[in-house]
Amino acid sequence: MKKNLRVKTSNFIDETYKISFKFNGKTYYGYKGDTLASALLANDIHLVGRSFKYHRPRGIMTAGSEEPNAIVQLHNDTSRTEPNVRATEIEIYEGLEASSQNCWPSVNFDIGGINNLLSPILPAGFYYKTFMWPASFWEKYEYFIRKSAGLGKSPTKPDPDIYEHKYIHCDVLIIGAGISGIMAAKISAKNGFKTLLIDEKPYLGGSTIYQNTENFKINNQTSSSWLNKEINEIKKIKNLEIKIRTSVAAFHGYNFLLARESLTDHLPLEQRDNKTRHRLLKIRAKKVITATGSLERPLIFDNNDRPGILLSSAIEKYSNLYGVACGEENILFTNNDTAYEAAISLFQKGINVKAIIDNREEVDSKLIKETEKNNIQIYRGYTVVNTSGYKRINGISIMQLSKDGQKVIGPKKSISCDCLGISGGWTPAVHLFTQSGGKLKFRDEDQVFIPDKYPSDQISLGSCNGDFTLDEIFLSIPKKLKDFLNIKKTDYENLEIYSSFNKSKRNIWLLPSDKIIGKTKPFVDYQNDATAKDIKLALREGFRSIEHVKRYTTTGMGTDQGKLGNMHALGIISETADSKMGELGTTTFRPPYTPLTFGTIVGRNVGEYFDVFRKTPIHDWHVKNKAEFENVGQWKRAWYYRKDGENMHDAVQRESKAARDSAGILDASTLGKIDIQGTDASEFLNRVYTNAWSKLAIGKCRYGLMLNEDGMVYDDGVTTRLGENHYIMTTTTGGAASVLGKLEDYLQTEWPELDVYLTSVTDHYATVSVCGPNSKKIVSQVIPELDFSDESFPHMSFKNAKIDKIKCRVMRISFTGEHSYEINIQANYGKSVWEKCMKVGKEFNITPYGTETMHLLRAEKGFIIVGQDTDATMTPIDLQMDWIVSKKKYDFIGKRSLYRSDTIRDDRKQLVGLLTENPDEVLEEGSQIVADIKKSPVEMLGHVTSSYYSPNLKKSIALGVVRGGKNMMGQKLIIPMENKQINVTVADPVFLDKENKRLNA
Amino acid sequence: MFVINCPYCGEREQSEFKAGGEAHIVRPKQPTELSDDEWAEYLFMRKNIKGIQFERWIHTHGCRKWFNVVRDTSNDKIKAVYKMGEEPPTV
Repeated sequence: MKKNLRVKTSNFIDETYKISFKFNGKTYYGYKGDTLASALLANDIHLVGRSFKYHRPRGIMTAGSEEPNAIVQLHNDTSRTEPNVRATEIEIYEGLEASSQNCWPSVNFDIGGINNLLSPILPAGFYYKTFMWPASFWEKYEYFIRKSAGLGKSPTKPDPDIYEHKYIHCDVLIIGAGISGIMAAKISAKNGFKTLLIDEKPYLGGSTIYQNTENFKINNQTSSSWLNKEINEIKKIKNLEIKIRTSVAAFHGYNFLLARESLTDHLPLEQRDNKTRHRLLKIRAKKVITATGSLERPLIFDNNDRPGILLSSAIEKYSNLYGVACGEENILFTNNDTAYEAAISLFQKGINVKAIIDNREEVDSKLIKETEKNNIQIYRGYTVVNTSGYKRINGISIMQLSKDGQKVIGPKKSISCDCLGISGGWTPAVHLFTQSGGKLKFRDEDQVFIPDKYPSDQISLGSCNGDFTLDEIFLSIPKKLKDFLNIKKTDYENLEIYSSFNKSKRNIWLLPSDKIIGKTKPFVDYQNDATAKDIKLALREGFRSIEHVKRYTTTGMGTDQGKLGNMHALGIISETADSKMGELGTTTFRPPYTPLTFGTIVGRNVGEYFDVFRKTPIHDWHVKNKAEFENVGQWKRAWYYRKDGENMHDAVQRESKAARDSAGILDASTLGKIDIQGTDASEFLNRVYTNAWSKLAIGKCRYGLMLNEDGMVYDDGVTTRLGENHYIMTTTTGGAASVLGKLEDYLQTEWPELDVYLTSVTDHYATVSVCGPNSKKIVSQVIPELDFSDESFPHMSFKNAKIDKIKCRVMRISFTGEHSYEINIQANYGKSVWEKCMKVGKEFNITPYGTETMHLLRAEKGFIIVGQDTDATMTPIDLQMDWIVSKKKYDFIGKRSLYRSDTIRDDRKQLVGLLTENPDEVLEEGSQIVADIKKSPVEMLGHVTSSYYSPNLKKSIALGVVRGGKNMMGQKLIIPMENKQINVTVADPVFLDKENKRLNA
Repeated sequence: MFVINCPYCGEREQSEFKAGGEAHIVRPKQPTELSDDEWAEYLFMRKNIKGIQFERWIHTHGCRKWFNVVRDTSNDKIKAVYKMGEEPPTV
């Protein structure tokens, strides 16, 4: 039997625009303007999901972003599916399909519901206590725990939507477009401030916009009609930008905020293609006004979680804004005047309010009087002790409260109902304020935390500042805004305000029951099923800090971050532990305020735009010639070239052999290049490199090793002296930026007296490296004018030359141990020089090789790669590179550290060569090296840093670091692997051509 | 994210800068004449204050200049910026 619970037409719902949607497979109808929650309620559906732990039936509790229960999965199993969407926020659109989460096989019949019966043995910390032992069983437990836990399902298909990021700068940012935010926006914008007003809802005006009773008036108009006029006015102001459906996720220091602007979530699916779904706004505001309002508190009593139990303000909103009655037999339960406001609204719409249960005993106000006039029965000094109904509330039991509020007395009375509105007063929404670093203070009179100390240029206005009533708002806002914006007057002074709200409240954090607490289920955190009982248990077990209690009981750890119940948790702790609320503090509110999708966070940085990457000028040639690429820093470097269906190993073996037998060619453009000029350039190099530079002749090259001040190897490369005061330094590909930064650091801060200028020229040159016994024949054809004789152009020297009128620099340097040349030319000619080398090299079988072959060739020679064979613990001495450390130089970066007590130890890890007993067995890089496998625990001596099969030596070679390795030459060591042990011998790290004959071959 | 007032370029987002640790630690002029302990003092020891800290920053994605910042590490408020070689302000 379907009921229609629509009441009188609301201005916010377009009843001429019918929308069909599906919930758990069934089709329903709502109207444009409805949220999923309001449309479900109009169809008399309260049961929306199951709770996390006990799988209890749960319904819609709120009408906003604080909703803990009514979270659904949208468009299950499609690419646009999204879990944990709050039914109270999602606007319905044609074709919307939503389904319940956390239940199986269905929300109406959920097998997990057995947990509810088992709840006496599932207390707080149950999982911690039960699954701790035996430790090895955890993997088995985990499978089942993970299966039964969790809320929605994450999407498995690629997200078809577009997301983007946008920076916004403004003078004044106002968060929240309720009455306070609207007033602030008007004053700010009218005074010439570039103002941005944002609100998470699709409409402006907050809760005042549907507050249309005679009990709240501004200048003799109802508060809603007054506010409506203000809204129409501010929409015309030019320097005011208004963004709706925009939720502030984070408020960081220096008034930097992140907000999610939702652009297509309310549109039918077929209208979303090629549109931006969410925009992440990165807002930098000179001043911030927080007007985020307040959240109504629930009341904590036995079985306060049944479907049909809502916040009283939510019931009022559903009736006033959406024109929906939440029930036909409504009861309100309150400790303050809010419920009376709801009762009068409902009465005006013709919705039956059966009774009001009020904690307060002797209380009277205009609102209460009017309620009584409407023949609604009020139970003063009563409390609800229990509720009944499984999938929907069908009744409550009430009892009288004792004078001190600690006990219930007298007879129990049952009243039937199908909806219960609860109101525990209001909590200022201070989440964003505290995220920004703001400090709170506790106001005892109405038991709320309010902003105290502002960390940046910002203020909080309205109910998020604890100014709950209309008269308080109009009293405080004009004065505060004048101070904050430094202006003389506002439009809002001397207005006539009429507010019937009486502020009296009887605050009892945990309402008493006729049962002992162990037999009750007073929920504090609805989403995570944490009850008052769990909190008391945590305190009994010795937890005191609010942060510990939170983690032990999981209170406030759901997707709603406990927006409803956190205050009660604090209150119960404070009462039980007999400490003051203000001293307890609150748990930390962390961003985001409401969950963000991953799409929003990554924006456009997906697929090929995930990260920036750099290509060399020769990149296209590599692509065309089937190169596989390797990421080196941000560079894409050719890794190896696949020929005729080769695998990587075969390709690398072929390339390595060709390079030594005849000729190889490598794109070395990615190496960092720093142009160094100035009269003190030589002195500067003396100070930054370990070896001496003053005597390097013009036209000569030298390999240099750079240390950190702690003596550890930092970078290496060849530097060439181009002129008297002019050098070009090369760095490793990945180290280029940080080396430049380090050099600048020393120049600017330690040695500002040196006349030296550094310029990064990495991107300005393409570098083509040709190596092998036939390299000279090839390069001399490419540059015929140049004299390539060994006398004129020896190893480690450089020449200026021209290729077809284009200037280039040729260096005879080698990282492979072969006779080789590097041609550096203006970047845009790089590809043509490469192609020219390939053309003339054809008769010599010139073979392009990638980084893998480069690594193999240099390993044959025992040349290190900084970052592969070294980490930040290797000195040049550890690397057996004593020869490069000048003994004569008075100082260089890191020199003093080379003879610290720790760096001169003999048993440091030192670089050695490793040869396997079986020459065909190639070690795994990263393998551990040990001497004695039987010792317990096994002592790790070091690890393998580089390992290859050398096609030139026809055996496996490896480099590794071994504790005291320098003195272990010829010694046998063991590499223990998962299924075997590999025997190795410590060897000289130079495996090939120790005499460097090939350099001049 | 802070806004840092680069003494050469003006106010810029923190993402354009890199922090370089505590300021006014002068590299010894004659490191080889220091004992291990004295060298270690220069090399490793940093104050890491909760409160007012003098530190070095570089405008990496800007003018590439190093300069000094006085920052309250407890709330990230920047009290002053000044160039390398200038006297630290009293805050």
